[in-house]
Amino acid sequence: MISIQGKGVSNGVALGPLYFYQRAKSTIERTTVTDTDAEWARFKAAQEKAVEQLGELAEKARKEAGDEAALLFETHQMMAEDLDYEETIQGLIQDDKLNAEAAVSDTAEQFAQMFATMDDPYMQARAADVKDVSGRIIGILTGAAQGGIESPVPVILAADDLAPSETVQLDKSKILGFITEGGSGSSHTAILARTMGIPAIIGVGKQIKAEFAGREVIIDGSNGNVLIDADSAMRKMMVSKMEEQKKARELLERLKGLPNQTKDGVNMKVFCNIGSPDDVPPVLSNDAGGIGLFRSEFLYLNCDDYPSEDYQFEAYKKVLSDMGGREVVIRTLDIGADKQIGYFNLPQEENPAMGNRALRICLNRPEIFHTQLRALYRASAFGKLSIMFPMVTSVWEVRESKKMCERVKKELRKEGISFSDDVKVGIMIETPAAAVISDRLAKEVDFFSCGTNDLTQYTLACDRQNADLGRFFNPHHTAVLRLLKMVCDNAHRNGIWVGICGELGADLTLTETFLSIGIDELSVSPRAVLPLRQKIRETNVAKVRDKILHTLMSDEQVE
Amino acid sequence: MKTFEYKITDPVGIHARPAGILVKEIKKYASTVTISKGDKSVNALKLMALMGMGIKQNDTVTVTVEGADEDTAAAEIEAFFKANL
Repeated sequence: MISIQGKGVSNGVALGPLYFYQRAKSTIERTTVTDTDAEWARFKAAQEKAVEQLGELAEKARKEAGDEAALLFETHQMMAEDLDYEETIQGLIQDDKLNAEAAVSDTAEQFAQMFATMDDPYMQARAADVKDVSGRIIGILTGAAQGGIESPVPVILAADDLAPSETVQLDKSKILGFITEGGSGSSHTAILARTMGIPAIIGVGKQIKAEFAGREVIIDGSNGNVLIDADSAMRKMMVSKMEEQKKARELLERLKGLPNQTKDGVNMKVFCNIGSPDDVPPVLSNDAGGIGLFRSEFLYLNCDDYPSEDYQFEAYKKVLSDMGGREVVIRTLDIGADKQIGYFNLPQEENPAMGNRALRICLNRPEIFHTQLRALYRASAFGKLSIMFPMVTSVWEVRESKKMCERVKKELRKEGISFSDDVKVGIMIETPAAAVISDRLAKEVDFFSCGTNDLTQYTLACDRQNADLGRFFNPHHTAVLRLLKMVCDNAHRNGIWVGICGELGADLTLTETFLSIGIDELSVSPRAVLPLRQKIRETNVAKVRDKILHTLMSDEQVE
Repeated sequence: MKTFEYKITDPVGIHARPAGILVKEIKKYASTVTISKGDKSVNALKLMALMGMGIKQNDTVTVTVEGADEDTAAAEIEAFFKANL
């Protein structure tokens, strides 16, 4: 068994024969032409043809991988028609009497060089685009055949690196996964592999040798591992991983687009919890209805100083626009307790879980809160935003927070900055206090979302991180579930919705209970969305509700 | 000749995609449009030269519009910058 370590840039496991990409080789001859006008016309014809092909590729990419992928080829089109590029080629043909192929090749080198020497890695990567476009024009000029896969069975495709036009032209039904010698996580191969949902491993360098061709290879995109001729134990493990993956995909195919509705017609919203704008793609691919909890802490954790309003605005805007009009609940800063940030200079506390954290910091240091709310309201113009405050215990905290929202809105209006006037404001219910006065809190806000981790910890006076307390930390405890029911009743009496964004939401043994007590929304990790949908669709609430409520509310311990 | 200054707010700066849409926009006008940053300036119709400027977020560029339709072109191009860059 040969094990090679690369960098996984697209998840999944694939097994198949290793195949090296056959690139059409076009050797460029350098000749001197006499009829420069005819040579220039040859170039113009090839250029026109290339632009036409790129247009077709853009359409193909649009269908297979969406607008972003199409845009790439549209940019290539523009490069092929670029004035400087064309003028340089024209100069070489008409002044130096160079043949068109050599003129294009030299020009490509010159422009690629310009990009390669820029200090921005993104721009450096554009050198590959110029070469790709030029290679296409040269291919048309020389009439070279296009490269491809000549194998009767699907393969794991290995290449030094694949140009975007090469990846898009490949017969997708023949590819199980990619391995490339070079490349980066933002290379086109990586992007296309992700959109195609197949694994890709890059940066294996020269470890992948031509002599391995045809041997069985297993690649695992989650850890970048490439195994050639895996031993039987390893092979078995990887095959079972593949099967698991297949099951998940089947679940997706079966359940995608279906409502989260019980047999007797009760609807549950199933949303996702995310921690950064990069988490949005799995939310969409798992068909979640929205984002029920976007933890804004990462913005603060990623910075060495308080993140600026603009920096925050861009992140919120990205999530809102990527979610395309689906609801996005963004939770305001929730640090303190187990999440500490140096530049906040928070004094050491005896009991941080009950200390200066979350909304308390925001109310104690309104300038931090003000910046975040301004960024949030500005971003609200780009999607369907809801703002949620964590760690509430009293009505006055909510009122003071809402006052800050009003102040921000007034400022933005005055500055002529647009924002949505339909931003919903809600709170986390994660303290027993908030649950107990949820009848009053419900009159102040548009929704509740229960943070069951903290609610359990505070209700049971039990530290969830203390390993010795395992059997005492029971989120299924009647006290916790009764509080949840109480919150639901109070929310519904006041016409607002209530969700769960803690880990408990994904606990399938409680789904029937949540449906019975009237939870309206469950926010879970992306991979939990479809199993939850399946569970909801199998449930008949009318049949189980009475028994569940009796067990929960009875004054006798029901076993 | 019309001139305006603009500070780039797009976090990626004038990368390939924004440069592409900018060239497309500028093609609509008869005027010659020049984009300058520091001592470098390019004809805004030249995609690769424009990308080669390496214009980033928070860079301030000067846009010069000169030609028969410069009045309307300058106003519309400025609006385009604000909306897209």
